[in-house]
Amino acid sequence: MLGTLVVIAAAAAFGMAFVALAPNRLVQGTGIGLSDLIHGWRGVIVVPMLLLCIGIFMRPTCRTNLMIALAGSLLLVALVWLAGDEATRLSAVAPKLSRVSLGGAFWVLLVVIWLAVVDALQRAGLGAMWRVVVGAAVVALVTGLVAWGELDQLSLLKEYANRQEVFHTALLRHVQIVGATLVPTLLIGVPLGWALFRSERFAPVAFAFLNMIQTVPSIALFGLLIAPLALLAATVPWLGQMGVGGIGLAPAIIALTLYALLPIVRSTAVGLGQVPRPVIEAAAGMGLTPRQIFWKVQAPIALPLLLSGIRITTVQAIGLTVVAALIGAGGLGSIMFQGLLSSALDLVLLGVLPVVAMAIMVDAVFRFMTLMLGRSH
Amino acid sequence: MIELQHVSKAFGRTKAIDDLSLTVRKGEFIVLIGSSGCGKSTTLKMMNRLVEHDSGRILFEGQEIRGFKPEDIRRRMGYVIQSVGLFPHWTVERNIATVPELLQWPGPRIRDRVTELLQLLDLDPALVRGRYPHQLSGGQQQRVGVARALASDPEVLLMDEPFGALDPLTRLALQKELARIHIASGKTIVLVTHDIDEALRLATRVVLLDHGRMVQSGTPLQILAHPANEFVTDFVGRSEIGIKLLGLQTVASRVRRNEPGEGAPVAETLTLREALSVFVTREVERLAVVDGDGHAIGCLHLGDLVKSDE
Amino acid sequence: MTETYRPPGVLGMLVRDPLVWALTALVLLTFGMDSLRPLFAAAFPELERPVFAQDTFPALMLAHIRLVAVSSGVAIVAGVAAGVFVTRSSGAEFRSMVESVVAIGQTFPPVAVLAVAVPLIGFGEMPALIALALYGLLPVVQQTIAGLEAVPHAAREVAKGLGMDAIQVLNRVDLPLALPVIIAGVRTSVIINIGTATIASTVGAKTLGTPIIVGLSGFNTAYILQGAVLVGLLAIVTDLAFGRLERQVDRWRLVA
Repeated sequence: MLGTLVVIAAAAAFGMAFVALAPNRLVQGTGIGLSDLIHGWRGVIVVPMLLLCIGIFMRPTCRTNLMIALAGSLLLVALVWLAGDEATRLSAVAPKLSRVSLGGAFWVLLVVIWLAVVDALQRAGLGAMWRVVVGAAVVALVTGLVAWGELDQLSLLKEYANRQEVFHTALLRHVQIVGATLVPTLLIGVPLGWALFRSERFAPVAFAFLNMIQTVPSIALFGLLIAPLALLAATVPWLGQMGVGGIGLAPAIIALTLYALLPIVRSTAVGLGQVPRPVIEAAAGMGLTPRQIFWKVQAPIALPLLLSGIRITTVQAIGLTVVAALIGAGGLGSIMFQGLLSSALDLVLLGVLPVVAMAIMVDAVFRFMTLMLGRSH
Repeated sequence: MIELQHVSKAFGRTKAIDDLSLTVRKGEFIVLIGSSGCGKSTTLKMMNRLVEHDSGRILFEGQEIRGFKPEDIRRRMGYVIQSVGLFPHWTVERNIATVPELLQWPGPRIRDRVTELLQLLDLDPALVRGRYPHQLSGGQQQRVGVARALASDPEVLLMDEPFGALDPLTRLALQKELARIHIASGKTIVLVTHDIDEALRLATRVVLLDHGRMVQSGTPLQILAHPANEFVTDFVGRSEIGIKLLGLQTVASRVRRNEPGEGAPVAETLTLREALSVFVTREVERLAVVDGDGHAIGCLHLGDLVKSDE
Repeated sequence: MTETYRPPGVLGMLVRDPLVWALTALVLLTFGMDSLRPLFAAAFPELERPVFAQDTFPALMLAHIRLVAVSSGVAIVAGVAAGVFVTRSSGAEFRSMVESVVAIGQTFPPVAVLAVAVPLIGFGEMPALIALALYGLLPVVQQTIAGLEAVPHAAREVAKGLGMDAIQVLNRVDLPLALPVIIAGVRTSVIINIGTATIASTVGAKTLGTPIIVGLSGFNTAYILQGAVLVGLLAIVTDLAFGRLERQVDRWRLVA
């Protein structure tokens, strides 16, 4: 498999541009291939590349795989540095408004090499924990490069520099929306899940309703809430003064809460249902009150599943909040859509990359928590 | 019919089969027996190429099996496994029709064959053919499994611990069916089991394996009466050899003809071991014996059980 | 005298069926939205044009369905093929990589794929098609792998042992038994695609999202409602229909 990945990497490196130089922000740039960039002492970057290629033909021992993982990780950081360095070099000599952006080869190489590293780590027998550690190390090094200013001349970071305040506001608003959704979701969802676990009669109807909500496209649900909320704000003025309106945060948070309910309710109900009947009966027989049974027996067993539900909900909410920008709720989606409408990839990436990063981080953190919880049993 | 010549097979570093040579003749009922890990299942699976042997030759009807396409060999051999493996999304009828469909038999011929096989295995065709596997009991499922293996009338039947997952009563019933089918059809059967009683009951020849090597190969009588070494004796159950020997012979061979007996009669087809059990429970020393139609044949004496047959 | 039980006739069953209601509502509203003009005019007196008129609703509905159908078709074919490949011995070494990519991919919001596609490909229907096909792949691959894994090993072993070749095992045993799970994946994929296609109207694709987007930028709540109700109903009808299909395919399991 390493062979396939290396072939794809080579094809991308020679077939696509690594970086592109454009005279200004609005025009497509001319591509510059990877091979053109490697001169002088930059040639040292060829070493990990060669190691990866050699790795295809070596016997798959633990040591070979560790070498591949190490070479790949170093190569990742080196490529990022290379892009930043070339951008710095080009900006010094090119006219003032020109932009150096990351090309297709850069992204493909990044993904492919990362896959090779993950695969090598797995074959070396190291668990998921190590994948996270190596990933964190690479991210830390790249963050270091960013902090040091090495990547500042890349168009992506220039966009960021131009709109720092807007970006930070959007980022904050995005996190606020997700957070503000989680509170009512948990407050309503967990008791509702418990109630549905108890009531066999209402469960199918409730789940059918929640399922129905999940299928409705997010923007449609946002849209459906606009009219009633606008009406509400008109008839109850102090709500309007508080900021509840047809567009903006109110429909966004209400809709997001509705979407978030299903995973939470379902994982609560299923989690509680996981405790076998005989266990509950035994506990009752030992003299535990229903309340004690709930907190000491059912809750601990249901917790991992609930955590899983919160994970799914939060990741989903992070993604849906992007769409909420269309109804004026703000958030990183506004930057993304701005880039979309002006066909500016850097702006789109400025909006998308933080969202993806947040989603992956939240996902990883919750999985880790669930894992730790499982170990403590 | 099937011949293994100096066959070896290793999985990683472990040698599962070590220089095994074995001949299965036409019409034989060979039982491969041994403890877990002795290589009996592997040997069976090498015969239909579900496992490929590392060295040596395996011949089917005189030809190297590597010369055939695996599918062609397997369609000429029936295959039954312990977990039955009926296709859950197909009716009993369609399950049994698996190989005939692969061989593209015409529809009516398949239908008749299914009816024939269901009757052969003591299942009511009208009742069962339209059912799905999950609607059947374990015993019924395995009967369908055997029917499926016999559907295309293969020359050889390969069975891997087919009755291991069934309750003792069903197991016994199916063993009897299998023995009956063997005698009636004259098929070559290779069966793997770890149950020595099953082996002694069914086999015309028993092959005892240990760590991938053949320890002894012989008729049930030979294995019991002339064990090759201590391992064999231990395996068959040292303290029960005599009892098991009794299980190999029927009342008909020891009955004193035309002598009147006393009390409720026993069938002449009963094994001497079962007769011994009757003697003990009834606390008698003489039993009346009848034939298949219920006519009196003679009398069996307790003392005759210990007489040598030779 | 006891009452004899009379099972509901065809009409009775239809009346109880939520799919029938939703589908009826969908068809009626699609073709009859214009006739509701007085209703919208009364509810939103300040609007000059209470009913979206830049395109007919049946045309929008058709365009939306077409976009989803084409992209999902590609996603299904490619996704099932990838899932099958990765569960065969020839593709086994790619499996963990594919599973990781698919898992990580689904933490991305689907809109992101659309947004990235536009600067690279341009505006219009093409980036929408590509983005929907790419994102739609993920649940299909995931569920194909899960479904094929769940096929009982005994059934596969016997299928091989009786003489089915690899393709026959796949067609007669693996895929039929994996089908309900695969359909569940397709269902997820299509529902997500219906949603993303709605947003695709921001990039110039003609879909049921167009009235919504136009309404949002023009503060026309009536347009928003019209688009939202139609696309919501479309999603519900599709989901219910897939639910039926799943049950139909799994029929043998339900036989007592």
